[in-house]
Amino acid sequence: MTEVPEHLRKRAEEARAKAAAAKGADAPAPEAAEQTPEQAEAASKIPAHLLERSRAAKAAAGGGEGGGTATAVATEASAAPVAAAGGPVATGPGGHTQRLLTVVKSGSIQDVKAVPQDKVHTWPHLLVVEFAAALFITAFTLIFSIFVNAPLLELANFNQTPNPSKAPWYFLGLQELLTMFHPMVAGVTIPGIGLFVLILAPYIDRNPSPKPEDRKFAVSLMTVHLMFWATLVLIGSFFRGPGFNFVFPWEAGLFFEL
Amino acid sequence: MATTDEEVKKPLPQRMQDQVSQITESVQSSQAWNSIFRPGSIFRKGYTDSPRNRSYVIMNSVLYHLHPVKVKRHAVKVSYTLCLGGLSFFLFILLTVTGIFLMFFYRPTAAAAWNDIYTLQNSVTFGLLVRNMHRWAAHLMVLSVFLHMARVFYHGAYKPPREFNWVIGVNLLQFTLLLSFTGYLLPWDQLALWAVTVGTNMMGYTPVFGEQVRFVLLGGVEIGTDTLLRWYVLHVLLLPFVLVIFMAIHFWRVRKDGGISGPL
Repeated sequence: MTEVPEHLRKRAEEARAKAAAAKGADAPAPEAAEQTPEQAEAASKIPAHLLERSRAAKAAAGGGEGGGTATAVATEASAAPVAAAGGPVATGPGGHTQRLLTVVKSGSIQDVKAVPQDKVHTWPHLLVVEFAAALFITAFTLIFSIFVNAPLLELANFNQTPNPSKAPWYFLGLQELLTMFHPMVAGVTIPGIGLFVLILAPYIDRNPSPKPEDRKFAVSLMTVHLMFWATLVLIGSFFRGPGFNFVFPWEAGLFFEL
Repeated sequence: MATTDEEVKKPLPQRMQDQVSQITESVQSSQAWNSIFRPGSIFRKGYTDSPRNRSYVIMNSVLYHLHPVKVKRHAVKVSYTLCLGGLSFFLFILLTVTGIFLMFFYRPTAAAAWNDIYTLQNSVTFGLLVRNMHRWAAHLMVLSVFLHMARVFYHGAYKPPREFNWVIGVNLLQFTLLLSFTGYLLPWDQLALWAVTVGTNMMGYTPVFGEQVRFVLLGGVEIGTDTLLRWYVLHVLLLPFVLVIFMAIHFWRVRKDGGISGPL
């Protein structure tokens, strides 16, 4: 049994009392029955066009048996007084048996998934891939580490600055900028703005489509941005020799440690 | 003793196989075994490949229940993700394990650091190998986190409802760079010292409070033994701690935002 909201229950009770009163008035004078429903209808809050429709339907069905046509309806006065009186089912308050309470659109209370998603079990489908990837990267790191040693130069010495002095490779783009701009611009302003814009990307890019053909500008901008940094890092890594001057690695050799 | 005679007549491999299956049987039906492996585990007796058990494998495992029981079919394709996010996470685990090993042999003081690394490489079993792995995995992680970001951008995977996870992701990239950079100083060789000198000099140009930032990071006006201790704590404790918290939110949001993005 579902809970009936308080205001609906009160309204139903009022209607029931009204119906009982109307019945009392009806019994002695059947001719007055046409009059009383009119009054009851005026008192109730049923929209005029619905009343009109229900009356027409009742007339078409011969007045008596015209109930049970609408879809989302609640039997008015829950047929309790009717059953108690033993009268015909059709006689509710105002002469109609049903009232449209509300129309609930599907989707407002139910989450209807229009397209069922094509899904697979995580085990084994995803876990197998992950396991293989983990195994691969471990094997790669292990084998690479067997053959290539991490650099360990001589003990740190404050009195002997190596030439050139280079930052770790991922900061070499910044160090490269340092040759062109004031340190504050190269070291703080440009990377700061870059990171800030990167963080805000989802809030700047309002285009809802993820398709590459719909977002040519965003893709181009990002590609230019990434290539800009990649180029700077490559130049800083391989094309900068003593004094951080430009050199060709095939002529002057490599000045690069990982 | 007829049965025994029959068993004796069986060829040796057959008898050994029987023994093994008998032991397996008794181990798998023991209370201890069944208390360890929860229902649906592939190690339990009579594991069968059923949809129910496939779900249990995920739900009943502390490790795997990061995953939903089911994922979109396209999410499994390696060609979509290239596994880059997962690889970054796995490299982090690999770095944690190798890093803990290194911590046993390392003291973060200017007097001891370089010697400890040198001794580790020359006198500790697998010391050189593990240090190599730590270093190469670190570079790989920077690379894979960066590529992961590029992949996510090109798939438009930062679009609603995933905007905030992108923000967390960019922060994870920054923490990865900082972790790598703080680790760079620890060997205390010429490469470490001067790379960090170049890097921290740039920080000094931060407007308004640049000198203060540099002072706090170096633990003084110049790189020295205090810097080493400071960066060691950042490297082995503070930054991993923060990174793990951000990773937890990152992974949680992936699921809350409806799994990985796409298909395009």
